[in-house]
Amino acid sequence: MDENTVMLPLKEKDKPIIQKLLSAGCCARCVLRFCCVSVQAAYRKQPEETLKELQIFINDTENDKCQDSVALDSRDDYKSKDAAESETSEDPPNKRAKLETSITDVQSEEEAAAVVKSKDGDSRVCVVCLGILQGLCGTTQAIKIAEAVKAGNYEFDTLVLSVSLPAQLCVREHSCWLYVKKEVREKGLVLDKDDVIQVKEAFKWIMQGMVTKELGGIAVVTKVSPFEVSVEFTHPETDADCHFLAATCPDCFKPTKNKQSVFTRMAVVKALEKIPDAKFLKHYPCPPTQPTSSCSPQVQCLHVSVFVAGRYNKFCRSLPQTPWVIDGERRMESSVEELIAAPILSAFRADGFNFSSSGREDVDVRTLGNGRPFAMELLNPHKSRFSKEQMKQLQETINQSSDKIKVRDLQIVTREAMSRMKEGEEEKTKSYTALVWTQKPIQREDISFIDDIKDLTLDQKTPLRVLHRRALAVRQRAIHSMSTRFLDSHHFYLRLKTQAGTYIKEFVHGDFGRTIPNLCQLLKTDTDILELDVESVDVDWPPPVPE
Amino acid sequence: MESVEHEDTKANAPSVIDRYYTRWYRADMKGKPCEDHCILQHSNRICVITLAETHPILQNGRTIKSINYQISNGCSRLENKVSGKSKRGGQFLTDFAPLCRITCTDETEYTIYSCIRGRLLEVNENILETPNLLLEKPSTEGYIAVILPKFEESKSITENLLNRDEFENIVSKRSSAQSQPS
Repeated sequence: MDENTVMLPLKEKDKPIIQKLLSAGCCARCVLRFCCVSVQAAYRKQPEETLKELQIFINDTENDKCQDSVALDSRDDYKSKDAAESETSEDPPNKRAKLETSITDVQSEEEAAAVVKSKDGDSRVCVVCLGILQGLCGTTQAIKIAEAVKAGNYEFDTLVLSVSLPAQLCVREHSCWLYVKKEVREKGLVLDKDDVIQVKEAFKWIMQGMVTKELGGIAVVTKVSPFEVSVEFTHPETDADCHFLAATCPDCFKPTKNKQSVFTRMAVVKALEKIPDAKFLKHYPCPPTQPTSSCSPQVQCLHVSVFVAGRYNKFCRSLPQTPWVIDGERRMESSVEELIAAPILSAFRADGFNFSSSGREDVDVRTLGNGRPFAMELLNPHKSRFSKEQMKQLQETINQSSDKIKVRDLQIVTREAMSRMKEGEEEKTKSYTALVWTQKPIQREDISFIDDIKDLTLDQKTPLRVLHRRALAVRQRAIHSMSTRFLDSHHFYLRLKTQAGTYIKEFVHGDFGRTIPNLCQLLKTDTDILELDVESVDVDWPPPVPE
Repeated sequence: MESVEHEDTKANAPSVIDRYYTRWYRADMKGKPCEDHCILQHSNRICVITLAETHPILQNGRTIKSINYQISNGCSRLENKVSGKSKRGGQFLTDFAPLCRITCTDETEYTIYSCIRGRLLEVNENILETPNLLLEKPSTEGYIAVILPKFEESKSITENLLNRDEFENIVSKRSSAQSQPS
């Protein structure tokens, strides 16, 4: 398959456009774009070949043009929307626009001059694409991309190639379009900006196949893939090109809170849509200025997040849920999420994680029974395929790694699963066992009435111990049932089944009377809570994994 | 769970206050003898303003006639409203900002003060309904107000306050120096 023999589907009306753009400093491929050439293969030709053909095209007299434009090969992938036009060029001259014919003759001298100028233009950086469709778009670049992908050592079948271009490209494109628009209008034609092929598209047409080849044949998926290889082009030399838009269209550029530039692609595009042509031409050169350097590409790989869920038990009374760090100093060794995450992060070779659970318990509270549901988002996992056996193995590894926590029902879930887990928080019930101390001495009979209390509604003001980070409010919560187990004259075990979100400790000691009713009031004595265990979190998600 | 050692008499287990709060004091507030305030500072920097055991209101079997949170024509502490996590809207108090005025049945009047700089989060409305709480449980259910100091000031507010030992020192000096104030 010799791509260099693809005929460029150019039309007579393209001639003045080609001429003007070449003399302005556009590279051959950008010229094709402005001619609305949508034949992908045309862009894959060597740029030097394309340039040569363009020059030949604009220099041709009418007769020569007839011969040269005879198709040398009729290939199936010749998918030009101008396919009909290609046959037109074989037609006798009188079928062409009469207007064009006369002008072509007059311009032959100027064309010759333009050809000479643009021959040198080969080595110059394109004024529109800033080199992206020139040297940054070939085998060397494809190899670089493939190297970056291989270096990441990802597990993947497909990949999607995404391109990020500097915002000033839009400004330069707009400038060239206006440059050509004048020319085109004089000849009674129209060049719609939307018909111009985008730099991004052309880049992908060229690079996708090459990257696939360098990766040894892994398919490059255009639209959807969990694995994204992004190429970001930057060009600090011309970043200032966008700045004039802030003065002419100030409402398009909102000041950003973080340090990032306010000249985003979106904002620039919006401003260019609004700015009248005359105003644009007053503030920006047309055609754009010649840059001295090409863009700098940066390749980054990102695999879509994978979600792992399960249930955890906590057997330690001195383990926080999340790392406890104050003023940069860690106050407590490790945490529930770190103990669970470490083996998982390592198995999935992920860059980081977000841990989330259906409620939380305090540092000094154990989680017994079936455990508490949790879900973890694994960021940029380099390995993402795990069989059920492998997940069981991973679960075992976690359980062997520490006696402070234990996990069960470990499984891969979807992103939607995260919200399902949070659903349970408000609606479900939870069971606890508390060790209660009483100030006045008690006997079994004194506490038996508690077993008969059903659906006790509490008004709980935000506990003082969390008030620094929570809004002040009164929450109504229900204690559905309780049962007691007498221990001695100052202690008993209190079992409770409550609505999710109930503060147990505050129910027991009253929190300065801000939880009403409370156990002190019920027992008519000061009470305090010495220990608390979570017995069950009644959420039936994630689905149990059979042993 | 493990079984716990116990004593039949009054238990010695550390209370909620002992476990989570530090006691600070301001003695003779605004120069008035023995009008001592106790500030309970939680480890999360939130402060609860209470009467110290030595405050006149708690002496000599006094009973409370009324508690008034309207401290001036334009300002009632009951109208204090905070919203959101950052507690916007709370009245900002300085050390000598009055919280409430308490009148006892023997016609003695006392003003309770903020003692610290910070945002007023809430005042205790339970004592309006049940003034006895203030007499029986001045350190817990009978609290006066909850104040949130600025994050940057959470340590410095205690510079003007007495710790437990310093306070007890002052109290013992009183009883030896003069007869018990009424």
